[in-house]
Amino acid sequence: MRIEYVWLIPLPPLLSFFIIWLFTNRSKTLSHTVAIVSMAISWVLSVITFLFALTIEHFGQEVFELSVPWLPTGDTALNMGVLVDPLTAAMLFFVPLTCLLIFIYSVGYQNYGKQLDPHDAVGSPPHNGVEPMYSRFFAFLSLFAFGMLLLVVADNLLLLFVGWEIMGLCSYLLIGFWYGRNYADPNQITPRQAAVKAFMTTRVGDVAMMLGIVYLYFQTGTLSFREILYNEEVLLQLAETPSYLAGLSVAGLVGLLLFAGAVGKSAQFPLHVWLPDAMEGPTPVSAMIHAATMVSAGVYAMVRMFPLLSAGWHHGGELTAPMMAMGFIGSFTALFAATIAVAQKDVKKVLAYSTISQLGYMIAALGIGAYVAAAFHLITHAFFKALLFLGSGSVIHGVEHGMHHAPGAHEHLDPQDMFNMGGLRRKMPVTFWTFLIGGFALAGFPFITAGFWSKDEILADAFASQQIVFWVLVLSALLTAFYTMRQISLTFLGEPRTHSAEHASETTWTMTTPLVILAFFALFAGFVGVPESFPGLGEFLHNLGNFNRFHEFVGGTLLEHPEAVEFNIFPLVASIVASLGGLTLGWLVYGLNPLKQGQADPLAAPLGPIYTLLERKYFFDELYDYVFVRPAKWISEVLTYRIMDKIIIDGFLHGVARAAVVVGNFFKDELEKKTIDNPPIYLANAIQWVGKSFRVIQTGRVQNYLLIGMLVVLAFSGVYYLMLAGVLK
Amino acid sequence: MDISQIIFLIVAAVTIISAALVVTSRHLVHAALWLIVTLFSVAVLFVLLEAGFLAVVQVVLYIGAIAVLILIAMMLTRKAMSDEPAQANSQWQISLVVAAAAFIGLAGLLNANAWPGLTTVDLSGSLTQLGMALVRPDEFVLPFEVASVLLIIALVGAIAVAGEKK
Amino acid sequence: MVPLSWYLILAAALFCIGLYGVLARRNAIAVLMGVELMMNAVIINLVAFWRYIQPTLINGQVFAVVVFAVAAAEASVGLALIISIYRRRNSVVAEDMNLLKW
Repeated sequence: MRIEYVWLIPLPPLLSFFIIWLFTNRSKTLSHTVAIVSMAISWVLSVITFLFALTIEHFGQEVFELSVPWLPTGDTALNMGVLVDPLTAAMLFFVPLTCLLIFIYSVGYQNYGKQLDPHDAVGSPPHNGVEPMYSRFFAFLSLFAFGMLLLVVADNLLLLFVGWEIMGLCSYLLIGFWYGRNYADPNQITPRQAAVKAFMTTRVGDVAMMLGIVYLYFQTGTLSFREILYNEEVLLQLAETPSYLAGLSVAGLVGLLLFAGAVGKSAQFPLHVWLPDAMEGPTPVSAMIHAATMVSAGVYAMVRMFPLLSAGWHHGGELTAPMMAMGFIGSFTALFAATIAVAQKDVKKVLAYSTISQLGYMIAALGIGAYVAAAFHLITHAFFKALLFLGSGSVIHGVEHGMHHAPGAHEHLDPQDMFNMGGLRRKMPVTFWTFLIGGFALAGFPFITAGFWSKDEILADAFASQQIVFWVLVLSALLTAFYTMRQISLTFLGEPRTHSAEHASETTWTMTTPLVILAFFALFAGFVGVPESFPGLGEFLHNLGNFNRFHEFVGGTLLEHPEAVEFNIFPLVASIVASLGGLTLGWLVYGLNPLKQGQADPLAAPLGPIYTLLERKYFFDELYDYVFVRPAKWISEVLTYRIMDKIIIDGFLHGVARAAVVVGNFFKDELEKKTIDNPPIYLANAIQWVGKSFRVIQTGRVQNYLLIGMLVVLAFSGVYYLMLAGVLK
Repeated sequence: MDISQIIFLIVAAVTIISAALVVTSRHLVHAALWLIVTLFSVAVLFVLLEAGFLAVVQVVLYIGAIAVLILIAMMLTRKAMSDEPAQANSQWQISLVVAAAAFIGLAGLLNANAWPGLTTVDLSGSLTQLGMALVRPDEFVLPFEVASVLLIIALVGAIAVAGEKK
Repeated sequence: MVPLSWYLILAAALFCIGLYGVLARRNAIAVLMGVELMMNAVIINLVAFWRYIQPTLINGQVFAVVVFAVAAAEASVGLALIISIYRRRNSVVAEDMNLLKW
């Protein structure tokens, strides 16, 4: 079967990572060539796989899988393998494509072709020259692509988790890419701090996810998707077995734990704090990791595990515990993040909060059981969010270019602050039009944008099942449209507010071409998901070679093909009203009378303290700092280091050492001196005394010697005589 | 007790008494003179033992040479007419005891044995016999010659030791 | 008839007197005189044994003659030594000759 090469898809980027790291590090051209070529290979293979998968009827039942034993565990083994089912095929459509486009974009973003500026320090962003760590960037991007592709084609939870963690590592490396960058203001987070924050926060989720995986393995003895999720009996059993926590079944507890992992990775409340600060990384990184792929990996994992999360639920029935959690957190996050985005100044931060909000949409959709809608929104969101981020990168580049070419003294201002922009629609037309398309897609502009169709489907599902979720999502859709128009107005409309904006110019073709391609998808990708029951358009597309078979195709992934929601006019009207209304409001406030230089945000005054609350992100960072970060630092610095290590352990050791010295001295003085040292001295003294005593007979006088001799002779002869006489024997 | 025994006792008494005086005289010259008396009585003893030649040798050699030599040596080693302190040294008591013990032991041993008696022999030709024995090659010529060598050595040695060092 | 034992006891007495003289006299020449007495005792012994045991054999007398020669040699050398010592140390007291002392 031609689909046997699927396991090759993640490998070219991995190979490119090693090649760049080991060999082509010094050559910028070679590095990006290797990276882009390898990514292109992956993309071509993915496209072939996808097209092939489309041709198979009931692909959900005849999936392609390939598995080899990897880690032996007693009699069985944990496997490593690939699985291509409809969901995977849909992911394979957009993930390699967006990655490839971002790779190409990075060539221009990192100023390829310009000379190396001697004023640029390694580890800080370049001012006008090419990025000094150019090859390193592509190496990390390749490693990241490998991780994502691995996650997508994985056939078991363990391999998925491996890809998950690789992406976590790359996220850390890439957020902290400009590790040498420091700010004068100590409260402003540096890239290094942001990288650590991202890693730590997602770690919280990852630990829970690991627990979930372990518990699942413990309960079922396997981690393979096909064996757990496509298996009626296993799911039923998991749904009915009670777990350690009272009131939760095994499926419920595992689902909640896995969901906790997604909360961390997809930056949902309460673990959302890392994503806005992750904007310290270069913009292609923000686009790829934090819009299109990594954060959506969390949603993808949830979509993948949906049968487990919804085990025991049937359409129209009571939601399971994980689904309730998802519905609540997802919709809450969607609204919460949208409110914060309204008051942000930085162009990338607005998009970051927007990402959090849209991910909340997807989670909420899963929470209410709208499986296909969540997957659909995942795909369309990837396109237009990547487009928006890349567009913002283009804008920032243009403003920086203006900064360096403004006549007179160079201004030093933040090129990312929207209040320093304005009037860019005339300076950067391609960027403007593509950004507009992306923004409209985000806002859900009716009928022609992809975002509309995906959002509408979620709203339709929500209306059909949980009304409260529906109203929350509608409100956040309104806010989404509002802040999108705010962003577009501040950036592109009106007159340039600063010299830099005035002298901004369009960026290179390597940056604008991906924008155009993405804009195409942002417009037309939505039509594959038009519901069949939609009046007019639905039937039209259906007859056009079943163009809008997204629902049918992806729905085949599940055991039970999910039913499409019947068409209802109310959610449609609500979504149109929210989108158009929001856009109009935004234009009225910001676009009608575009802001002049130095003018404050028109919302600041009326909203007053609420504006400050929104701008400061509800003070969540400060809260977490007090509740978690400071106690952790205290524990490590004071408790373990000072008290436990130094005082207790070291003190004990020093005490033991001192005691040993005392004992040694005791032995030396008391015992050794008295028993071991002295006896030889006494012996020597005794011998000396004996010698001295015997010396007296050495008088030197002959007569003395003679006398002694005579005495001895007499004595001996006496003894001899007595012996002879028999007296002495 | 016949006459020979009486004579012997008298000679023995003279010998012992003069010997005792030799070792106890305060004046050294007196001791030397008493030594001469002792040597004379020993010569008489030799006569009693019918070894006439030896008696003469005793007189000539011992008294004539050795005793005279002793006197000469005494004169050569005299300090300038100083007081003569006591002639017994610090260990004379023990020496007395030792000598007495030795005598008692020896005498006891000697008395315990049975000795052969005197046999009457014609000893007229003993001198000739002695002379012949001393020079006959199959008798005692070698000890005789060795003795003469010894005398020469003693002579040379004495001269070497006592001679004036230049 | 004088028993042999008388002669031998006489010789023993003379020997012991000579021994006392050797051990107890201060002057070195007096010591030598004691030695002469001891030698005489030996000769008396020899001659007495010759006369009483083997008068026909002349060996006894020859022995006595050799002993005479030895006595003479020894007396002369001893006196020479004393004279030499006197020259060096200006004393003939035997007790003072203690260079061999420890």
